[in-house]
Amino acid sequence: MKHYKKMIQPYVVWAALLIVIPLILIALYAFTEEGNEVLTLSFTWKNFAKFLESTYVNVVVKSFWLGIITTFLCLLLGYPLAFIISRFPEKTQATLILLVTIPEWINMLLRTYAWMNILADNGIINQLLDLLGMRPVNMMYTDFSVILGLVCNFMPFMIIPIHTSLSKMDKSLIEAAYDLGATPFQTFRKVIWKLSIPGVLNGIMMVFLLSVSTFVIPKLLGGGQYMLIGNLIESQFISVGDWNFGSAISLILAVIILIFMSLMKRMDKQEE
Amino acid sequence: MNVRKSSIWERIYLGIMFLVMYLPIGVVIAFSFNESKLPVRFTGFSLVWYEKLFADHAMMEALLNSLILGVLSCLLSAVIGTLGAVGLSRTRWRSRGLMEYISILPLMIPEIILGMVLMAFFYMLRLPFGMLTLLIGHTIFCVPYILIEVKARLEGLDPFLEEAARDMGAGPLRTFRDVTLPLVMPAVLSGSLLAFAMSMDDVVISIFINGPRLSTLPIKVYTQIKTGVTPEINALCTIMLAATVLAFAAWYLCKKLTGGKEEDEQQVD
Amino acid sequence: MSNKLIELKDLTKNFDDQQVLRGINLDIYENEFLTLLGPSGCGKTTTLRIIAGFEEPSSGEVLFNGIEISKLPPYKREINTVFQKYALFPHLNVADNIAFGLNLKKVDKSVIAQKVERMLKMVGLEGFEKRDVTLLSGGQQQRVAIARALVNEPKVLLLDEPLGALDAKIRKQMQFELKKIQQEVGITFIYVTHDQEEALTMSDTVVVMNNGEIQQIGSPIDIYNEPENRFVANFIGESNIIEGVMVKDFLVEFDGFRFECVDKGFEEMEEIEVVLRPEDLDIVAPEDAKLTGVVQNTTFKGVHYEILVKTDLRIYKVQTTDYAEPGRKVGLSFEPEDVHVMYKMGAY
Repeated sequence: MKHYKKMIQPYVVWAALLIVIPLILIALYAFTEEGNEVLTLSFTWKNFAKFLESTYVNVVVKSFWLGIITTFLCLLLGYPLAFIISRFPEKTQATLILLVTIPEWINMLLRTYAWMNILADNGIINQLLDLLGMRPVNMMYTDFSVILGLVCNFMPFMIIPIHTSLSKMDKSLIEAAYDLGATPFQTFRKVIWKLSIPGVLNGIMMVFLLSVSTFVIPKLLGGGQYMLIGNLIESQFISVGDWNFGSAISLILAVIILIFMSLMKRMDKQEE
Repeated sequence: MNVRKSSIWERIYLGIMFLVMYLPIGVVIAFSFNESKLPVRFTGFSLVWYEKLFADHAMMEALLNSLILGVLSCLLSAVIGTLGAVGLSRTRWRSRGLMEYISILPLMIPEIILGMVLMAFFYMLRLPFGMLTLLIGHTIFCVPYILIEVKARLEGLDPFLEEAARDMGAGPLRTFRDVTLPLVMPAVLSGSLLAFAMSMDDVVISIFINGPRLSTLPIKVYTQIKTGVTPEINALCTIMLAATVLAFAAWYLCKKLTGGKEEDEQQVD
Repeated sequence: MSNKLIELKDLTKNFDDQQVLRGINLDIYENEFLTLLGPSGCGKTTTLRIIAGFEEPSSGEVLFNGIEISKLPPYKREINTVFQKYALFPHLNVADNIAFGLNLKKVDKSVIAQKVERMLKMVGLEGFEKRDVTLLSGGQQQRVAIARALVNEPKVLLLDEPLGALDAKIRKQMQFELKKIQQEVGITFIYVTHDQEEALTMSDTVVVMNNGEIQQIGSPIDIYNEPENRFVANFIGESNIIEGVMVKDFLVEFDGFRFECVDKGFEEMEEIEVVLRPEDLDIVAPEDAKLTGVVQNTTFKGVHYEILVKTDLRIYKVQTTDYAEPGRKVGLSFEPEDVHVMYKMGAY
């Protein structure tokens, strides 16, 4: 198969040039000063120190917390959904999974905007409450609205891997568990759940990755002062213009994600 | 055979979840036909926003930009992704593991970091921000979608097919063109479809590398939401949704007509 | 044989608009090795799944020790199953797979370990406790599946084509071992297969099924020697099936001649079918036989020759150790006890 070796060359060049080099560049920015114009290679911890000194730590904590809550809620709500779907006949399953993915085809901004209209102080829900003679509830620009937006947006990324692992599970394993005396609940706990863990871990990884680094949804549903890592990076690059500090934050975010992923991978290995 | 009928509670749960997932879409569609400009109360049916949409030059230009960008980046990444997938799955070299990791990196890196990285990189190269930078950027995150699909397809393929072709005297290029490529084509297509959708939907990366004058549709929507949306956007989205649903239906019909024999036979015994 | 353990009464089962079982009546006894035999789609697996509790019958009763259990879920039945593709839990090792049922019953850990060890010894897998089940060979997985079912000490073990996925040599060996295990544990085995040889070698009782109906119930010898109808005769072994008339008790007429036989109890001049097994036919000189014909084809089959003899009316298949060259005129002879008379069936 020597001939195929040539085919990969353009791809290697592409990957090296446009994936690896830019990533190295960011590391350089993070450890240098005023590298905005020319790469003056004077090593410094200043960008990281700035991060620790200020209240930025709170931003990271808040992002992390939001990511975990979102992931947890997606799992809590998504697992039963994937489970229910996996018990329909195969053709119905395919249709239901299609229905799960279709919302993803609508521009994410538009869906978020729709939520703004639904949750706003004079939005649809409050107008309904008004009709019922109840007091309006303030929902926009709160943790609730942000989490709702995140969960709705990232739910399919949890449902699909879980459904995949559930639907490819050999049904006779479930019958075998019943046969050996396991009640439906015991069968779920000892067989179905255990065998779906790879899918669950995949879903957790995806949703956490997406939600910890998001900035559009919190910005729209949480308002201007809702600061997460994503918003911080965006503002450093686009409005403030401190690329070095922005790079340092990105590096911290990347490290958080890497740690999280390797933890997940290790859990996956243990399950096997 | 042991597919139990789902209970009423399961169906209710399914219904509620789908309702929540589709609520925003319903709102978008409903308000695209709304007479009033305010997206809070439905005052009457009207197609005025559709008329305004087609008369809005800036909006149409953004749509055109998005389409051009989507098609080009999709084509470009189809070529690069397929070559990469074939290379990765058909060669045995030591650094293959690392290469595979790098190949999906653009999906694993948060969008915001990727956008930022590219902004810094293009700035360093003194590339003018505009269509070119957008194209490169979109291709970078589109390639993995195609690469993953094609690679999975190649790995499920019978290696003897290629060997048989070689055995019958086909050269490596011919083997690739006449045997391998047609076999992976469905994967290339479905990967491209996904890539196109991702390109059309991307706002985070584009914000960093679009430059001052060029606007794609998602960027236009993003800036409008911050300043104030006209229901034109709802109309546009409804059209896009309809197009997507139609495309799906066409794709499904094609599959039904050509694929024909699905595994319909149920084993009774 | 001892007591009735399971009684199936008028079982029917419909899937959508398709009737898979059309009134199954069957008694299964303690300590019996019973085989449900039939082509795919005959309803044998569905019958087994109803006994196991994975399916509910559309009508009819399943009695276990005289108690109706057809609505009882599988986990409340004293019945265990060995699945077609074994269905071992991939996330558990060999010992944990076998201990699955005992762990659910909260049996003492040391007792579990003891029982698992004993089971492994019985199926010949000592020392395999910690092995990964997904890395075992088909035959080994099969043994684990049997051990996993038997460790719960069920009253009945159901086996759904358990040897189907194994290669010929291991199959033979497993047939022997399964029979041995059944005699050792002394419980009822209900075995489903489409392989007639498997059914005949292992079973005490064979139930031949077709089209959702039982065709014949009997010992392997009865089933082979006295098939009740054309389907059974065709399905079990090779046979020459000839339409004829029962002139009176012990006298049958076919192909224009009258022959002595050992069958009785038919009406006079009733239309019947006759089975002549190829190995029961002998090639003799034409003048020594009523049936004569010309050798059409001779094939060497290892132990015997298979000879096709063309008579005026049909072609007979003969298995004999004597050689006869094609083209030779020969006679066919057989003993009265080799003539098996069956009721005539319409549809087959």
